Amino acid sequence: MTDVAPRSASAEGEPYDVSHLPLVAPAATTGLLEVFRRRYLLRLLVRREISARYQASFLGIIWSYVNPFTQFLLYYFILGIVVGLGSRFQNFAVHVFCGLVIVSFFTETFNAGTRSIVGNKQLVQKLAVPREMFPVASMLVSGYHVIPQLVILVVVALFYGWTPDPVGMLGLLVALLIVGTLGTALALLFSAANVFFRDFSQVVNVLTNFVRFGVPMIYPYTLVSERFGPVAQFYLLNPIADAVLLVQRAFWVGTTDDPAEYTRLHIPDHILTIGLGAFVGSAVVLVIGQLVFSRLENKIPERL
Amino acid sequence: MTTSIVVDGVAKKFTLRYHRTLKQVTVAAVRRQELSNSFWALQDVSFEVQQGESIGLMGLNGSGKSTLLKLVNGVMRPDKGSVLTRGRIAGLIAARAGFHPQLSGRENIYLNAAVQGMSEAETKRKFDDIVDFADIGKFLDSQVGHYSSGMTARLGFSVAVHVDSDIFLADEVLAVGDRPFKKKCMERMQEIRDSGRTIFYVSHAPGSVRKMCDRVIVLEEGRVGFDGPTNAGIKYLKYDSKPDEDDTDDDLGADI
Repeated sequence: MTDVAPRSASAEGEPYDVSHLPLVAPAATTGLLEVFRRRYLLRLLVRREISARYQASFLGIIWSYVNPFTQFLLYYFILGIVVGLGSRFQNFAVHVFCGLVIVSFFTETFNAGTRSIVGNKQLVQKLAVPREMFPVASMLVSGYHVIPQLVILVVVALFYGWTPDPVGMLGLLVALLIVGTLGTALALLFSAANVFFRDFSQVVNVLTNFVRFGVPMIYPYTLVSERFGPVAQFYLLNPIADAVLLVQRAFWVGTTDDPAEYTRLHIPDHILTIGLGAFVGSAVVLVIGQLVFSRLENKIPERL
Repeated sequence: MTTSIVVDGVAKKFTLRYHRTLKQVTVAAVRRQELSNSFWALQDVSFEVQQGESIGLMGLNGSGKSTLLKLVNGVMRPDKGSVLTRGRIAGLIAARAGFHPQLSGRENIYLNAAVQGMSEAETKRKFDDIVDFADIGKFLDSQVGHYSSGMTARLGFSVAVHVDSDIFLADEVLAVGDRPFKKKCMERMQEIRDSGRTIFYVSHAPGSVRKMCDRVIVLEEGRVGFDGPTNAGIKYLKYDSKPDEDDTDDDLGADI
């Protein structure tokens, strides 16, 4: 065939003299670091998921804005007006929405990440790519969908007269880091476990229900501390709860008439320090997740 | 000569899980049956391949050919022994892996190339060649999910042969394409061989093995039954009963 031109790669040196290359095990490189070394592939995998999500839909990416915005309206009406929390806690819908951003980032990472290896069976069984790639890609895809939610949050917050402050923005960053790290850690653990027993994706469904109610989203942290007093400290051991509080500190208190007073009353003291502690804790879980994953990984292709 | 692949005392054990649900496990435990059973897919496999050799890997169904290929390409790791390779590996074991049915052919070329280890610049440079070879014409920008199986296979093959690999693995690939495409594939594989790359070709078709390979390894129930010259290997497998395989199409037809 004429299309088989001489290989242009010959410019890169003697193409098929491989004597300078080492003799290595073909499956040697895995691990999270390898994932970021092959970030071009990671980027394509992430892009694949994102563009496949709204494929063949007419409104496309607009749905990413419609969905969270309607949720905001629902919370505004149900919790703020019907339940009446809006009278005691100003802009309670913003309070809920702050929680929603974090919770949906986390649960999507956890859910999609857990299914990621089984879902990419085709690739995993046939190619020697670092398998950590798939849970990490799930986390990044979920992270990408946080952006429209943050946009809506910012717009709503500005509407209520919020102005950004550096401590709050730092808190937002820490919150996203906590969720990204912990989400990846759990996605690693559960995606490998899910290969062996598909039960784990069901376990994740159960756990995400606990997450939804284990954070101060549809109820304020004040209710927890009022009810449990000093024991409420243990509530703050949940990194996701800390992340939610950090985002509420970043946005919700700023939308109220008296941010300083709201921070004092409804946000635990030293929330930024607590958040940094939660991030360190999440990083430790990530290391454990990687170690477990590496141990299970050998058996993954044959068990799929 | 440089060694390209060293397989040394390799064994691979698979576990068969008969009882996967709680109910079944309980019943089996009560009846004192075995809860799991394992078998050796490969045992004590050793051989060395020099750079530039083309090896035909033959054997009956279930003899461990695909498992061996997966060990060489690094998807699986051996339970005993070691597999060592030199240089980049690519091939048709992955021909259709990584195709996303909802993405277009164009997007899938980039994705599949990246999965096989090609960089963005490399893919861009070879993109036109890949499209020409696959010859999918106007369907390049439609969803791969709407492709015929032959078109999907052509796209996969085309990406695989354009990877600059030092070791090329081909796993019974030509089953789906039509005659002209099969012929084109064989020509391309011969070019790959002639350029000095190592080829590992899994096939049941004695004709194409004879044409492609200068050495045959026959696996028998996970062990190396034969390792030597092509014709002797085909004879060993008793695949040589039909002597008239000078007709290309028939040779390849046996791939099906």
